[in-house]
Amino acid sequence: MKNSGYYSQFGGAFIPEILVPTFDELESAYLAAREDESFWQEYLDIMSTYSCRATPISRLDNLTEQLGGAAIYVKREDLNHTGAHKANNVMGQGLLTKRMGKKRVIAETGAGQHGVATATMAAKFGFDCTIYMGAHDVARQRPNVFWMEQMGATVVAVTEGSQTLKDAINEAFRDWVSNMDDTHYVLGTACGPHPFPEMVTWFQSIIGTEARAQMLERNGKLPARVYACVGGGSNAMGIFSGFFDDKEVELVGVEAGGRGRGPGQHAARLAYDDATVGVAQGYKTYFLQDRDGQMQDTHSVSAGLDYVGVSPILSYLHESKQVRFEAASDVDVVAAMQKTVRNEGLIPALESSHAFAQAYAEAPSMSPDEDILINMSGRADKDIFTVADAVDDPKWRQFIIDKAKEYSEGMTNA
Amino acid sequence: MHERVTALELAIKKAREKKEILLMTHIVLGYPNFDDSLRVVEDMVNAGVDLMELQIPFSEPMADGPVILRANAEALKGGATVEKSFEVAERLTREFDIPFLFMTYYNILYCQGINAFVDRCKAIGIQGCIVPDLPPSEGEEYLDAMHAAQLSPVHIFTPNTPESRMRHLSDNSSGMIYCVARKGVTGKDTAFSEDITNYLSLCKSTTELPLAVGFGVKSKEDIDYLRGKVDIAVVGSETIRVMEQDGVGAVKGFIETLVT
Repeated sequence: MKNSGYYSQFGGAFIPEILVPTFDELESAYLAAREDESFWQEYLDIMSTYSCRATPISRLDNLTEQLGGAAIYVKREDLNHTGAHKANNVMGQGLLTKRMGKKRVIAETGAGQHGVATATMAAKFGFDCTIYMGAHDVARQRPNVFWMEQMGATVVAVTEGSQTLKDAINEAFRDWVSNMDDTHYVLGTACGPHPFPEMVTWFQSIIGTEARAQMLERNGKLPARVYACVGGGSNAMGIFSGFFDDKEVELVGVEAGGRGRGPGQHAARLAYDDATVGVAQGYKTYFLQDRDGQMQDTHSVSAGLDYVGVSPILSYLHESKQVRFEAASDVDVVAAMQKTVRNEGLIPALESSHAFAQAYAEAPSMSPDEDILINMSGRADKDIFTVADAVDDPKWRQFIIDKAKEYSEGMTNA
Repeated sequence: MHERVTALELAIKKAREKKEILLMTHIVLGYPNFDDSLRVVEDMVNAGVDLMELQIPFSEPMADGPVILRANAEALKGGATVEKSFEVAERLTREFDIPFLFMTYYNILYCQGINAFVDRCKAIGIQGCIVPDLPPSEGEEYLDAMHAAQLSPVHIFTPNTPESRMRHLSDNSSGMIYCVARKGVTGKDTAFSEDITNYLSLCKSTTELPLAVGFGVKSKEDIDYLRGKVDIAVVGSETIRVMEQDGVGAVKGFIETLVT
């Protein structure tokens, strides 16, 4: 076990002894893959034939005109297979799992996007698959649970703790400490013990590499600002990593502002002052925790951002001021989403809508000569129940009532 | 003899002169409440327990199985804090003449400040710590503080720990080594068989420190199997299970069945 994977003071690998050989094996496989050009070529091939890479950049013509100020562009990660950037990470880790000769994958999921993506990869590669998902998230993301099960995955509803993403991660680790010989844990974001933050960033860097070239090709210049929502931080790390060497590009991470500042009201680790440095889930970063180091409940309208920790690499980029962090409130996020749907016909996930909300707030005060780029990390199909509630759509409610009636009558007749 | 002999190691060796195998138990401080924690420890000591692990509750006990996980969560829900855990531990070390260790996760130490945590352990008579998510490579500050205070940082051997790493862990440990009997988390069954015997002889060959074995040890039969092979049997989740099923008062009787 090497003492590596630090970004300034953040990161590390705080893992139970039983997993040390497993992490050594994973790190070796990862480093070997990075050295081997054919691995990345295989990855690019699969992403262009099985998913939808390169994903395009769309210009928001109507909103650019309406809001005035900077021209707004969107990187369309929603067009990946399974509808989010999560595909980039799981296909990469799937190829690595094959190389390690493992036959089973496990994963945690919050919103369900990573669970669906992992289940898809497992179906394609012929792996057994178990997905851990907080019971609270199972309840609010049923459509994703449905698809995971259709693809042959076992979905375990985690009833411990706050029943959200962090608890799903703990349960996945508990599975892994029993089954590491044949099982790879496909961690879904740029968090957790080394090498996960670096490895997941590597797979997601495909977003930033494409986006930078596309913006240059299209406009002959780089965007002034790049916006990405930040839960664990993988889509942000993915798009930002295309621009780290471009000092003129400002990188903006947008966290879940929820109902506002204060414990339990949000999931903003870096934009607000409520988080402190700690060590949990195998890595050191800013956590929303109390003075004793007990993790606090978080809140967000979007399950995928509802998490106590944040990528250690982003904590470093925050402290070194290479990325600016903001938080968008639940209310502003839903409004930004509706505005995007109505004016552009794009359907950003509630997670991604955080980035849209911040971009819409800033664009009007920028110059029309400037471009901004938003990472649309996923689409909102999975959010239909939450969104229908948020916009209070009576026709949707009636549909559900009718459907429920149909099912309950069916059950009575059966 | 290795160079870092601690009070814990001496106490274990002294107790072993009179007993073939020692019994270490585990409680989660503040579960179901601090009064019951005190009573359970008293009953355990009276029933013949030789050492105890006191777990300071943490909200993310990654290496623990369902029983201890729930006990952690319930203790926190009941208002357990690190400060209260220290206070109760101090009473215990004063009242009972057996070695007590803290078991907890690294964030608890980190948020107190490593040196402050270790100083407090020393001041209240805690003899060692088990921190399952802190490998030696991440724990330099902790190890320095523990060694300077002549306390025992206890590391864990597992069935897939290579021999070279066992030596490395032993070099960074004092007091004893905690061998987990199998893969997985706490509180599930373990089949005590030939495989374990081979594993334990490997463990023994890599360290001069006393060996404790835990994970799935829950009956007199299990302890009898370990007798002569290691120094200490650790019964963890099972006592919590007994307490949950039959009440706090049942713990004493259960321990007596193990030590007779």
